[in-house]
Amino acid sequence: MRAIIRSVVVAAALLSIYALQMGVELAFTEYVQRIILLAGINVILAVGLNLINGTTGQFSIGHAGFMAVGAYGAAFVGVKLAGPVHGALGTGGLADAVIFNLALLAGALFAGISGLIVGMPSLRLRGDYLAVVTLGFGEIIRILFNNASFLGSATGYFGDDPSGLPAYTNFFWVFAWVSAIVVLIHNLTFSQTGRSLAAIREDEVAAEAMATPTTRLKVTAFAISAATAGIAGGLFAHMQAGVRPEDFRFEKSIDMIVMIIVGGLGSISGAILGGIFVAVSLELMRDLQQYRLVLYALLLIVIMIVRPQGLLGTRELHHLLRRKKPARPSAPTESV
Amino acid sequence: MTLLELRAVDKIFGGLHAVRGVSFRVEKGSIFGLIGPNGAGKTTLFNVITGVYTPEHGQILFDGKNIAGLRPALIAERGVARTFQNIRIFRAMTVAENVMVAGHHLHKASIAAAMLRTRGYDRDEHALAKRAHELLEILGLAELASEVAGSLPYGSQRRLEIARGLMLSPQLLLLDEPAAGMNSQEARTLNDQIRFLRDQLGLTVVLVEHNMAVVMNVCESIHVVDHGETIAEGTPAEIKVHPRVLAAYLGEEEPGKAAST
Repeated sequence: MRAIIRSVVVAAALLSIYALQMGVELAFTEYVQRIILLAGINVILAVGLNLINGTTGQFSIGHAGFMAVGAYGAAFVGVKLAGPVHGALGTGGLADAVIFNLALLAGALFAGISGLIVGMPSLRLRGDYLAVVTLGFGEIIRILFNNASFLGSATGYFGDDPSGLPAYTNFFWVFAWVSAIVVLIHNLTFSQTGRSLAAIREDEVAAEAMATPTTRLKVTAFAISAATAGIAGGLFAHMQAGVRPEDFRFEKSIDMIVMIIVGGLGSISGAILGGIFVAVSLELMRDLQQYRLVLYALLLIVIMIVRPQGLLGTRELHHLLRRKKPARPSAPTESV
Repeated sequence: MTLLELRAVDKIFGGLHAVRGVSFRVEKGSIFGLIGPNGAGKTTLFNVITGVYTPEHGQILFDGKNIAGLRPALIAERGVARTFQNIRIFRAMTVAENVMVAGHHLHKASIAAAMLRTRGYDRDEHALAKRAHELLEILGLAELASEVAGSLPYGSQRRLEIARGLMLSPQLLLLDEPAAGMNSQEARTLNDQIRFLRDQLGLTVVLVEHNMAVVMNVCESIHVVDHGETIAEGTPAEIKVHPRVLAAYLGEEEPGKAAST
């Protein structure tokens, strides 16, 4: 019964995303469509980062690195898969869908594995070590890609085709992935695992005394968070003709942190709002270029003074709608 | 039968010998008191037993096996639950969630099952919530289940810590100053609750406590430490009149000086 209901819900969701895509393509210019896609990618980034920075209370400031691993990984695997899959399935839309989603999953896998490698040593320790290590990781990864000649070095990776990577990313795939990731991360957050992660945030010593396998859970959450950033990276890569190292500078990590702090650290709905906010505001501030960081800094200061818990605190939108007591209110604002 | 036995345990912090050669046995099903003046090393002993610290020397036998130096989570899993002197609840979570966190052994569903909300996951979650509610009922917190834990009054927070510890289905419960901050009415209720835990749930209880009304009333045997060393052990009646205990708590009477001051 459960399986039937779920299949129906999933099919209905995919159909409505497909219908929405038609509407969006008719109603908006390509410029606006691009912002909508970026907003969707941001939502994936924010919801994934919130799992580690908000729910678990660890602090990663190098998530652009995982996004980069996912972007390059997906682009590379996509290019290498194109030949054999086209050979087996022809050159229709089905073949493209298969290549694209396998490439995204490969990117997520690479990013998840690098999350494990970064997380395993640094998450054993308490405190701010993770912030330092992830900051370093983000930069190291960017410099590695800058020098990896088989991935185009500083020029970026554009695949084997002179016209660049195929533009697989469209409204349908972005929002199908957004929906899947939001649902999966939401279920994880409101489960025994999510409770344990929140307990680690609240008091790691007590969590450990209650038989919580703290290190294993932190590393797992971190890897999941990195893998979602990898998916976002793969979608991002196939939105433009190629991936360049400078797409994943430190500013990108800061953008992600702004997303989750504006929306409310620890709230999935907040992360969604924050992701959309950053996509739109980046576009509005395009002429300011890197000076937008000054505005972000000011914005963060204002938020810390006026509403330190962010737009939603740790509440979820559906809690507000039901006017129910929030499940997990008042995030520890000092961890910001 | 002995459930917990310390054999010549030493814990040294730099130049401070916080625990020196302490040995004692806690019989299964007993209520055991660990007392001593401030800074005597009682909480350090709890931290050594629960794996927060590794002792420099000595053995800690729980159920016949040496647990000295194991990680806290492993010791908890073997059936040692504790509360903390300075309350450590998960403040931003609800009362029910606080208790449920300690229920891993009831929740076997994997992370993937949690993400996909499988039938097995729902079943485990339901069992967990039910057990948490039973324990909250025992400690008189059931009607506060959906309150945010950090907003509870002090005494309720202490009882919540006990409920959370019970969720581990422990054999041994270590209570670190459970009556601190409680009024005399709450302390009397606590006495009854501790006896209930032993009589009905078959727990062995070790408590560190400064409230002598609680200690003398509820404990069957008492171990007294001062400056990290054992100075006395016995029944409450014996401890009350033990000269070294009186000296440690009240100071020693120096011949000739007592009369003049």
